[in-house]
Amino acid sequence: MDTWHSRAGRWILALALGAGFCALPAGAQQNSCLDCHGSLDPPLQVTAEQYARDIHAQKGLNCASCHGGDPTKADMDAMSKKAGFRGKPDRKQIPEFCGKCHSDAAFLRQYNPSLRTDQLAQYKTSVHGQRLAHGDSKVAVCIDCHGVHGIRPASDTRSPVNPLNVAQTCSHCHSNAEYMKEYKIPTDQFEKYSKSVHHEAMTVRGDLSAPTCTTCHGNHGAAPPGVGSVRNVCATCHVFQSQMFDKSTHKAAFEKAGLPGCVVCHSNHEVKHPTDAMLSTGPQSVCVRCHTPGDRCDQATTTIHAGLTHLQGAIQEADAVLAVAESSGMEVSEARLNQDQARDDLTKARVTIHSFRKELVNQDIQAGLKVTAADLEAGKGALRERDYRRVGLAVSVFFILIVLLGLRAYIRFIEREPNTSEGTS
Amino acid sequence: MGPMARAREWLEERIHWAEIIAPLKKKTVPRHKLSPWYFLGGITLFLFMIQVCTGILLLLYYRPGANEAFESVQYIMTRVQFGWLVRSIHSWSANLMILTAFAHMFSVLFLRAYRKPRELTWVSGMVLLFLALGFGFSGYLLPWNTLAFFATKVGTQITGQVPVVGHAMMVFLRGGEDVTGATLTRFFGFHVAVLPGITVLLIMIHLALVQYFGMSVPPGVEQRWKEHPEEVRGTKFFPNFFLRELMAWYIALGALGALAAIWPWELGTKADPFGSAPAGIRPEWYFMFMFQTLKKIPARLWFMDGEVAGILVFGAAGALWVLLPFFDPVAKGRGRRFVMGAGVFALAYILAMTVYGYVAQ
Amino acid sequence: MEREETPSLHGRRRLIETVLGGGLLASIASFLYPVMRYLIPPRVVDLGGDQVVAGKVGDLKPNGAKIFRFGTRPALLVMTAEGEYRALSAVCTHLGCTVQYRGDLHEIWCACHNGFYDLNGRNVSGPPPRPLEVYQVNVRGEEIFVSRKRES
Repeated sequence: MDTWHSRAGRWILALALGAGFCALPAGAQQNSCLDCHGSLDPPLQVTAEQYARDIHAQKGLNCASCHGGDPTKADMDAMSKKAGFRGKPDRKQIPEFCGKCHSDAAFLRQYNPSLRTDQLAQYKTSVHGQRLAHGDSKVAVCIDCHGVHGIRPASDTRSPVNPLNVAQTCSHCHSNAEYMKEYKIPTDQFEKYSKSVHHEAMTVRGDLSAPTCTTCHGNHGAAPPGVGSVRNVCATCHVFQSQMFDKSTHKAAFEKAGLPGCVVCHSNHEVKHPTDAMLSTGPQSVCVRCHTPGDRCDQATTTIHAGLTHLQGAIQEADAVLAVAESSGMEVSEARLNQDQARDDLTKARVTIHSFRKELVNQDIQAGLKVTAADLEAGKGALRERDYRRVGLAVSVFFILIVLLGLRAYIRFIEREPNTSEGTS
Repeated sequence: MGPMARAREWLEERIHWAEIIAPLKKKTVPRHKLSPWYFLGGITLFLFMIQVCTGILLLLYYRPGANEAFESVQYIMTRVQFGWLVRSIHSWSANLMILTAFAHMFSVLFLRAYRKPRELTWVSGMVLLFLALGFGFSGYLLPWNTLAFFATKVGTQITGQVPVVGHAMMVFLRGGEDVTGATLTRFFGFHVAVLPGITVLLIMIHLALVQYFGMSVPPGVEQRWKEHPEEVRGTKFFPNFFLRELMAWYIALGALGALAAIWPWELGTKADPFGSAPAGIRPEWYFMFMFQTLKKIPARLWFMDGEVAGILVFGAAGALWVLLPFFDPVAKGRGRRFVMGAGVFALAYILAMTVYGYVAQ
Repeated sequence: MEREETPSLHGRRRLIETVLGGGLLASIASFLYPVMRYLIPPRVVDLGGDQVVAGKVGDLKPNGAKIFRFGTRPALLVMTAEGEYRALSAVCTHLGCTVQYRGDLHEIWCACHNGFYDLNGRNVSGPPPRPLEVYQVNVRGEEIFVSRKRES
C-alpha cells in the first residue's frame, strides 16, 4: 500500500487506469469478423453497412451470437471452434437455426415482446417446409425472403418482406421458369398479379391493406388455399359478396362441381376490375362458360345487365345536364350531391349480383333510378331557369334599346338646325 | 298652370329654386374631337351608384362571419329571388368601375386636364382611385371562398413586407397575425362603412371642384380656340350633354345585365383556413400587374430583398402619381414631357404585366 | 326658349317624347321588378350555415333515423330507443359513402365496406379511420334544430 501513496506510485496508477480506460472501448467495439469479411468478395462478403442496418445488430447482437467464435480475436483466431464457431449453417438447417431464438417466446420477449414466435411451426406446415423436410433444398428458407445480413424489419419499406415488396420477393423463384421446371406449377402468377386491381390498389393508391401473395397464401405457412377455402380467403375483405354468394344457388352448385368459388369468375391472380360486360353475352361474359345461351339463367342475367346499364346511363345523363347547368352559372350543388347517392346505389347493385337473384338487384337499381330522375329534373329545372333569365335579359335589353333610340332621336331633334338649335353655341 | 310649373313655383317661394339651378342651366361642356373622353368620369360615378344600390340590397341578406358568409352568399345566389342578378351585377359593376376609373385617370393624364388650376381635382381623384382599389380588395374577401381567402392572405402578406410599418399594417388589416374570421369582419366594416363614408365625401369634393373649374380643354384645342375664338364650341350640360350621358349610362346598364345573366359570378368553394392553397391563386385583374412584377423580381435587388424593393418602388410610384400635376410646369416643357412619358410607360407597363400575368398561368 | 314649331315638328316631338318616355318607364320597370321580388324574403329562411331544421317532432319513432341535409353534406338524425335525439355527419370517414342507422344493432353502419360507428360517432369496427362529427340537437317547439357544436 505504501507504493501507491508515494508520488511516483500515484502517477503509475493514473497511467495504468488511463491506459485501461483507453483499451476498454476499443475492446468492446472490436469486431474482427467485419475487419476481414468487409473486404472479401461475395459470397463471403459482409460489409459494415449491412451490419449497421441489420435489426439484430441494432438490438445488440453480433456475428458471434449466430455464428459463434470470438470477435475480439484477430484474424482466423476469431473463428475458433473452442469459442463455439459454427460457421455457415447448411441450408436445410437454417429454419431450425433461426428458430432457436425466434421460436423461444421467453427469449424473444427481451427484445420485442409483441413479435410472434410461431414462424417455425407454421413453416413446417407449408409447402416449402414440407419439401425441405423431404430433402429438397431448392425451396425457400428464412434467408431467401428475409435476407441474411442486413435484415430489416418487415415494417421497413425497404425490407423484401414489407407488403409493398412481397410479390416481388416471391416472384424471384416463382416466376423463374427454369428454376421451377421440376415442380410443374405455373410461373405466371406474378405477371398476372401485376395486372390485377389488388396490385394497383397497393402500388397506385398506396393501400397497404390490399392483398399480396402472403395475404391469401400465408407467409410462413405458405400453401395455396384449397378449393373449398378460396371463398373464405376472399371473404375476409369482400364480406357482402361472400354472404350473398353463400345464400345463393351457386354455392351448392360450385361445391358439387369442385369449383373454387370466386376464382371461377374473377380469377385468382389476375383479378381485374369487374365490368358489367361480364354479365352480358359478349366475349367478356363469364356466365356463358357454364350456362347455355337462352336458358332461364341467361335470361335473368340479361335482365340484370340491362338494369345496370340503364342505371349507369341515367347517372351519366343527369351528370351531363347538371354540368351544362353548372357551366351556365346555375347553382346545382344539391343535385350534384344527390348523384353520389345514385352512384352508391349502383355500387350496391353490383354487389347484389352475387345473390344471383334479379329481384334483389332490381331493388337497388330502382332506388338509384329514383335519385337520378330527381337530379335530372333538377338539372332541367336549372336550365329552364337559365333560359327564363335570358328571356328576361332580352326583354330588359329591348327596353334599353328603345330608350337609347329615343334618346338619340330626342337629342337629334333638339339640335336639329345648326344655327338655331338649342344645345350648341 | 301645369303641375310641373306649380311645383317649381312652390320650390321657388321657399328655396329660390331658379337661383340654385341657374348655374347648372348655364353650364356648358366644350365640344371638340376629344370630347367623348369626358364621359368616363360620369360613367364611373354611375357605376359607383350602382354599387351602392346593389350593395345595400346585398346587405339585406349577407352575413359577415366565417361560419355564415359563404352560406349567405350561396343563399342569395340560389334562394333569394333575383339574388343571382343583384350579386352578379355587384361583382361585374365593381370590375367595370375600376376599369373606367383607370381609363378616366389615364384620359385626364393624356388630355392634360390636371394642369393648374385643377391640381386638387387630380389629387382627390387619385385618392378616389386608391379607395376604389380598396373597395375591390375588401369586397373580394366577403364571399369567403377559397380563392378569395388565399388571395387576401397573399395580398396582406405583401403589405407586411413594407419596411418599418409593414407588420403593423398587416396586423391592422388582418385583425391579427393570420387571415381569420376576424379579418372578414374587419374587411366587412371597411367595405360597407369606412370606405363608403370617405368615398362619398371625396366624390362630393371632386364634383364640386369639377363644377367650380368647369371642364378642361386639351392644350392643342385651347391654343386653337385662343387664336380663333369663332371656332369655340360647347354643348349645354342640360339637357344635351346630360342626355348623352344618360345614353352612356343606359348602355352600361345593358352591358351589366347581359354580363350578369350570361356569365353569373361564381360561388367557388368555402374557404378552409387549414386547407392548402390551391394552384393558380391570383389576385383580381387590377392587382395583377403588381403581383406579376413581384413574382418576377429577382430575390435580391442590389442590397435589398427583391420583394421589399418592388413594394417600395410601387409605393413611390403611387406617391409620384398623386403629385404628377406639380411636375408639369417644371423646367419649361421638360416637366410636361416627363409626365407624358411616365403616363405612356405606366399604361404600357400595366397592360403588359396584366396580360403576362394571365398568360403565364 | 320656346321657338315656333310647325305642327309636323310638334307632332314629331310628341312622338319622340312618347317613345322615350315609354321606353324609360318600361326599362325602369324592368329594373325595379327584380328589386321588388328580391326584397321579399324567400320562404326557406336562411338560418345561417350553422343551423338547420332537421325535422319535426313526430317525424321519427324511437330507434328510428332519417337523413337530412346539413350545409352541403348529408347528416343523420337518430332517435334512440330511449327517445333521445342524436345528430351526426352522415359522411363515412373511410371513403365518403352515406352511412345509415341500424336499428337492430343500435349502431351506425356504412354499407359500402361494413364500417360501424356507435351513437357517439366513434368508429368502432371496420375500415373507418376517424369518428363521425357529432352535431348539437335542440328541440324548440315542434321543430328539431341541428347545429354545429360551438367551440368554447
